[in-house]
Amino acid sequence: MLKIKCPFCGVRDESEFSCGGEAHIARPTTDLKLTDKIFSEYLFMKYNPKGVFLERWCHTSGCRRWFNLARDTVSHEIIEIYPMGVFPKTVKGKKAYQANWRRKSKYEAVSKPAKRTKK
Amino acid sequence: MNRLLSHRISSNGAVIDRQKLVHFEFDQKKYTGYEGDTLASALLAHGIHLVGRSFKYHRPRGIFGSGSEEPNALVRLIGDKSSEPNLRATQIEIYDGLIAESQNRFPSLKIDFLSINNVFRRFFPAGFYYKTFMWPASFWMFYEKLIRKAAGLGKLSKKYHRPERYEHKYAHCDLLVVGSGAAGLQTAIIAAKSGARVVIADEQHRFGGWLLTDNDFNINQIPAASWVHETVKNLQSAPNVTCLSRTTVSSMMDDNFVIMAERVTEHLGKKDMLLPKQRLWKLRASKVILATGAIERPLVFSGNDLPGIMLSSAIRTYINRYDVLSGRRAIIFTNNDDAYFTALAIHKAGGFVRCIVDLRVNPKSQIITKVRKIGINILAGHAVIAAHGLRHIASVDIAKYNSGKQAPTSSILHMDCNLLAMSGGLNPVVHLHSQRKGKLVWDERTSCYRPDNKSDEWVSVGAANGTFELERIFIEATKIASTTIMKLAKENNKIKTKELVTVPQIDKDKQNWTPLPTWLIQAGQPHVSDKTAFVDFQNDSTAADIKLAVKEGYSSVEHVKRYTTTGMATDQGKTSNINAIGILASCLNKSIAETGVTTFRPPYTPVSLGAIAGRNIGGLFDPVRKTRMHSWHQSNGAKFEHVGQWMRAWYYPRDGESFQQAVNREVYATRHYAGLLDASTLGKIEVKGPDSAEFLNRVYTNNFADLPIGKARYGLMLKEDGMVFDDGVTTRLAEDHFYMTTTTGGAAGVLSWLEELLQTEWLDLRVYLTSVTEQWSVASLSGPNSRSILTACMSENKNITDDFPFMTMKKSFIAGIPARIFRISFTGEMAFEINVPARYGAALWSHLMKIGKEFNLTAYGTEAMHVLRAEKGFIIVGQETDGTVTPHDLDMGWIISNKKSDFIGKRALERKSMNEPQRKQLVGLLTADPSKVIPEGAHAVLDPNQEMPMEMLGHISSSYYSPNLKHSIALALLKGGLNRKGQTVYIPMLDGQQPIEAKIVDPVFFDKKGERLRG
Repeated sequence: MLKIKCPFCGVRDESEFSCGGEAHIARPTTDLKLTDKIFSEYLFMKYNPKGVFLERWCHTSGCRRWFNLARDTVSHEIIEIYPMGVFPKTVKGKKAYQANWRRKSKYEAVSKPAKRTKK
Repeated sequence: MNRLLSHRISSNGAVIDRQKLVHFEFDQKKYTGYEGDTLASALLAHGIHLVGRSFKYHRPRGIFGSGSEEPNALVRLIGDKSSEPNLRATQIEIYDGLIAESQNRFPSLKIDFLSINNVFRRFFPAGFYYKTFMWPASFWMFYEKLIRKAAGLGKLSKKYHRPERYEHKYAHCDLLVVGSGAAGLQTAIIAAKSGARVVIADEQHRFGGWLLTDNDFNINQIPAASWVHETVKNLQSAPNVTCLSRTTVSSMMDDNFVIMAERVTEHLGKKDMLLPKQRLWKLRASKVILATGAIERPLVFSGNDLPGIMLSSAIRTYINRYDVLSGRRAIIFTNNDDAYFTALAIHKAGGFVRCIVDLRVNPKSQIITKVRKIGINILAGHAVIAAHGLRHIASVDIAKYNSGKQAPTSSILHMDCNLLAMSGGLNPVVHLHSQRKGKLVWDERTSCYRPDNKSDEWVSVGAANGTFELERIFIEATKIASTTIMKLAKENNKIKTKELVTVPQIDKDKQNWTPLPTWLIQAGQPHVSDKTAFVDFQNDSTAADIKLAVKEGYSSVEHVKRYTTTGMATDQGKTSNINAIGILASCLNKSIAETGVTTFRPPYTPVSLGAIAGRNIGGLFDPVRKTRMHSWHQSNGAKFEHVGQWMRAWYYPRDGESFQQAVNREVYATRHYAGLLDASTLGKIEVKGPDSAEFLNRVYTNNFADLPIGKARYGLMLKEDGMVFDDGVTTRLAEDHFYMTTTTGGAAGVLSWLEELLQTEWLDLRVYLTSVTEQWSVASLSGPNSRSILTACMSENKNITDDFPFMTMKKSFIAGIPARIFRISFTGEMAFEINVPARYGAALWSHLMKIGKEFNLTAYGTEAMHVLRAEKGFIIVGQETDGTVTPHDLDMGWIISNKKSDFIGKRALERKSMNEPQRKQLVGLLTADPSKVIPEGAHAVLDPNQEMPMEMLGHISSSYYSPNLKHSIALALLKGGLNRKGQTVYIPMLDGQQPIEAKIVDPVFFDKKGERLRG
């Protein structure tokens, strides 16, 4: 069981968290009029690398806040934890972001990624 | 004493207390032993070796080892009220009144009918189950029953509620030391003095590890046993050290999360009710030192599984710890020096060592010289090529043996004996290292797999690290303890790093630790078969099985393991894995390092299910949620049903009423007079913030931005794939404030989903969500008399009910209780959902029932609610939908806004496949026989006489008897159903019953225009 450092609560056991899967999937809105084929890449295709993976986690049994996490799927090493709506800062994290097939996908080229804003 | 205790030798300072006699029972016979004995040592003291029958061939099997590696001696312990199977006799401490029985035999150990399998052995080769029971497929049901009876280990206690208590404990420490032998004690005592929080755990009942067996030498000029005693005393008195004996570290997971099973009172005859039977520790350790020692390897030769053939180390342990000599005419078969210590021990205990058969041609060391001086015959360069005996070893065949050519090179020497000690080298216990995905490296000098020790979080030391000579173990342990403490001190400045302990000096006979690896002794004799050369004793797999697997094309170690089931029994191959790899490697003409090793997985030894469950059993298994009206339901005879964690009133039977009669009465009363439902369990979410309307617009399919204040609207929520996810009514309380209701079961999921969208997708929206499900009690009042009852209950503003249109909300007081009243309906009748602060729930309910009496108000449960809504064709998410159903499939296209540019699921709904006319669509069904109710989940077909497998049209999602229509009604999802209205379908039944005939109709069965609802 991993130890995960919640950015809001500190180090907690993995059992308090839930993993929300791949991070940085921009959501294409309906008005973009994408073809079924291109839209299905967003809807169905997943990325499942051996190595560093950027994923979203939620401190479900704690503060219920979401955050991003860069994790090595082989060694389970947590490389970086960073807020929603921003990009990884570490070299490994940046590399993992670029390695994802989505960076070349047609739907991502037109979709806006979620952005961190001041409320 | 009596003859039965003749295998006890005179005391030499063992772990048993000869003053304290203990009485126990094994297979209906009474025996005695001493306090401190294990069941195995006590049985061996009575000359009993045979304790079980083997898994596949039902061969007689005896006690083989002395600890958790034991593959054969699995027994069942019988308690007053329950029993526990598959416990290792080598680890059970006996107490007065202990009752044990052997397993896997019928009718008795000595005569076992299924040992006929032994005769038909050639029919049970590797992969037997895969090969034999494949055809015909339909026979599998028959085969399975036979296999289950014949195979399998042990019998489960049939009692569900066990009297024993188990508990869980969570803890943290700086350093966990696993194992309390020389390496474990040395590292722990150094760590103890550094001030670090230390936990030291050992699976045995007292600390000392191998020093409990071999201790006829001095450590730092004092006897080894005294050194152990002193060190343990110092550890136990240190405030920063937790000493856990009888504690098996079963799993080591990510970030040093360790699970340990502590046997707290299992070894006590009289149970202490204040203490649990076992305690499951969940420990988080900064660093872990694995001092788990090593397990001796057996040698693989024909007949090596006979009772009376034991691990050399086990024989020595029984002598030195328990004063038990397992046999008086012994032969030692070895490829290393360690077995010579066993020869010495047997000799000292008064046994006769007939000879030592050593595979090495010219073995030399201090200990060998010592043994030779005593006059024990050493046959160097020889091998035992077969063992003979019926239910116990009687004799062996010995020949000169060429390990390189793998063949005997001389004629056979026949020698009788009643004990054979075998030693094929040592396997470091690398299980925990391997569980953490640590790599193993093959060490040629010591011929064993040892850990690569490359992790920063844990480290192996001593025999667990492939270091077998005691002098070197102490040096290594001292060094590793120091470096580990240095690392800990970097994180915690309270930990001192000064070197406080020096390396102990010892005066032990030197041995030369270079075993000669010989994985399989090939008899080279036509009459001696390797089909009884056992590799895995517990799973009955042999050298012949491995050879056969290779012949059939298996070459990967992982595949051979699964095909032959070697190493897959409850002992997880503790004694068999490396021998299997050795045999496989030589079959493949590869080196062991090239062949590779299988991965050890948790747990190290089986963990009792009781310990895993802990206190989370019975009423504590899962929380039960009750509404504030629960006690009223209870005192009015309600039957309850579980909806998620909620307990909901299902129906309220009156004197002598059946389920159907009660439901019919409740449904009828609600349609004709008035009914009251406890709807408190509905999910309720407050949505607040300036962007709330925009947010709801994006998550619901229909428009919420234009909803006026005080009005309510039904909404359908989809997931991004366009499938229905939840539904409910949302009301606008203010410009920036909405009150959302969800399904009872979906409440938590909806809240999580909305939170996820706000936090990960639309970070710019200013919306705040609060779950208020438990803050409001809800009574749903419906039926023609509902308005009159509501008016009568109002404590002020009675006239508000005069102008209270459908889908609106008003605030008022009922019996002085502040209430939000929603005119919404799930029954199709005029209905009011009255929400009050939760604590007034019971008061509201009683008041409504009291005032409603003269209006014929009847309490109805969830079953009547289902019937009422089905009469109206209202869907229930999760019953009419299953994650593959779109709004169009439900004929609810009207709820999808065309004006909105986007909402969750909108683009997916436009996909071509979502508009296929042959998708399953919601329809109503009326049975030809109005009294026949179709079972829910049944499938519908067009032609009941077609060939099997029939082409299915769809399934029945809801089905009830409608007392208002006096007709059975059903909702179904049928392929292309919307265009099939008027057609006839058939629902085939099991067990030769006639198919049920039904007509496809509109799903709204009652008040199609909705006049009663709005009236």
